[in-house]
Amino acid sequence: MPDATFLDATELVINMGPQHPSTHGVLRVILKLDGEKVIGTECVIGYLHRGVEKIGENRTYQQFAPYVDRMDYIAAVSNALGYCLAVEKLLNIEAPPRAQAVRVILSELNRIASHLFWLGTHALDIGAITPVFYCLREREEILKIFENYCGARLTTHAFRVGGLQYETYDGFEEETRKFCDWLIPKVDEYETLLTNNRIWLSRLKGVGVLTADECKEYGVTGPVLRAAGVKWDLRKAQPYSGYEQYDFDIPTAENGDTYDRYTVRMEEMRQSTRILRQAVERIPSGPIMGKVPKVVKPAVGEVYVSIEAPKGELGYFIVSDNSTQPYRMRVRPPSFVNLQALDRMVRGGLVADVVAIIGTLDIVLGEVDR
Amino acid sequence: MVTTPWESDITALLKERFQAAITEFSTYLGQSFLVAQPEAVIPILETLKLELDFDYLVDITAVDYPKRPERFDVVYILYSFPRNERIRVKTLIADGYRPATAIPVYATSNWLEREVFDMFGIEFAGHPDMRRILMPEEWEGYPLRKDYSILQQDDRWVRDNLGIESGQ
Repeated sequence: MPDATFLDATELVINMGPQHPSTHGVLRVILKLDGEKVIGTECVIGYLHRGVEKIGENRTYQQFAPYVDRMDYIAAVSNALGYCLAVEKLLNIEAPPRAQAVRVILSELNRIASHLFWLGTHALDIGAITPVFYCLREREEILKIFENYCGARLTTHAFRVGGLQYETYDGFEEETRKFCDWLIPKVDEYETLLTNNRIWLSRLKGVGVLTADECKEYGVTGPVLRAAGVKWDLRKAQPYSGYEQYDFDIPTAENGDTYDRYTVRMEEMRQSTRILRQAVERIPSGPIMGKVPKVVKPAVGEVYVSIEAPKGELGYFIVSDNSTQPYRMRVRPPSFVNLQALDRMVRGGLVADVVAIIGTLDIVLGEVDR
Repeated sequence: MVTTPWESDITALLKERFQAAITEFSTYLGQSFLVAQPEAVIPILETLKLELDFDYLVDITAVDYPKRPERFDVVYILYSFPRNERIRVKTLIADGYRPATAIPVYATSNWLEREVFDMFGIEFAGHPDMRRILMPEEWEGYPLRKDYSILQQDDRWVRDNLGIESGQ
């Protein structure tokens, strides 16, 4: 028979991670529980800290470009796009139209790859084993396009300051078009597996709600913000790399729960194929590299440039002191900022929902820790 | 930095309200920023949020200039959803000065300020949880300061925790 003090001890502190399959890397969450209910959390991060910002200050502008791929390694192309745009802004130049169109195509392919990877692992966390195999199969086709284009599959280093290193290969447009035709029925197929699945609904509906006001308060961006009903996407709000030429919608939802974030990301994949179809139809001809000096040495100054990465607003704040190396290289990672809202989302929920909520935030620890 | 003066309804209101506490309104490559006295930063952020719709704090970061008497720039990047506009608020502080935390104005400041503390050693006054966030808690030194070499490390920490002489 347990004594009275044992019965009084309703609070239980347990440790989740850093070695835990559902934390998507090396995230450690300390959970304070009252029975099944979560009454507090603390995230311990930094296990993957490599000092990317310090490395940036000790490399030339071109040398640093491959490093940015290693932050959000699921969406390396987006990291590179943001970085190149930031350095180009600092130099006050623009990539030629042909380079911009190819950048859009590769970035949107990468957005789909990132969302596919998210869908597979998120469903796996919740107990649906099947989607991950399908999602990785489809992602493979995107990686093949990357491989044909630049020789690398994940950390692509696809872009250079001022444009592109490589011309597109023969059949690039055709393969991208074929991929779009092929993907849409697959996305519909995932939806038949999940969207009206009773287990999926009961695990996701009403779980981890983050309202629009809370999103703004916590600086949360990307699909999480859009699922809360804010129609905001940097590709529309402050278009870059020629996104203003393409016709696409910003999917939103109303409740800001885990299910809404799922529907928003599914629709975003469809919208990305719309952009892809338009972009491959009209890749302008011309040079792929702008007039960039051999030695990049921007004038003294500072800029902040951000893009809509698959996970939210990815920004680069670069300070130049007119040398060949950045004086300060700050990366504003969406995953780091979004992860901060985890505590708000899981508080009061059940311990089983923590896994669903970490999955729905779509964090990559390489980017959280840098 | 070759800047042009920045004038808009934002600067008009802030100039009237804060007068000498804001020393500069400038635009560089189309991006606007203001430089303020450190004590005035939190009231300025409050005004920007409540009266000028800057409802989203994008980032807080710092830049180290070891040769300057006010050693650090602390930079707040703000965005307004209704105005679709981005601005920066900058302040210059000396080493050891403790700027006030922005958590009461923007909850997102919590981790961002912890990262600035972790990397630069700038402590934010009134922050409820001023601990390191990315580096190990017992680590000594602030890696993003300019006098911290890229090869430098906390030898004692590496020896005690990793059981090796050097990570290099």
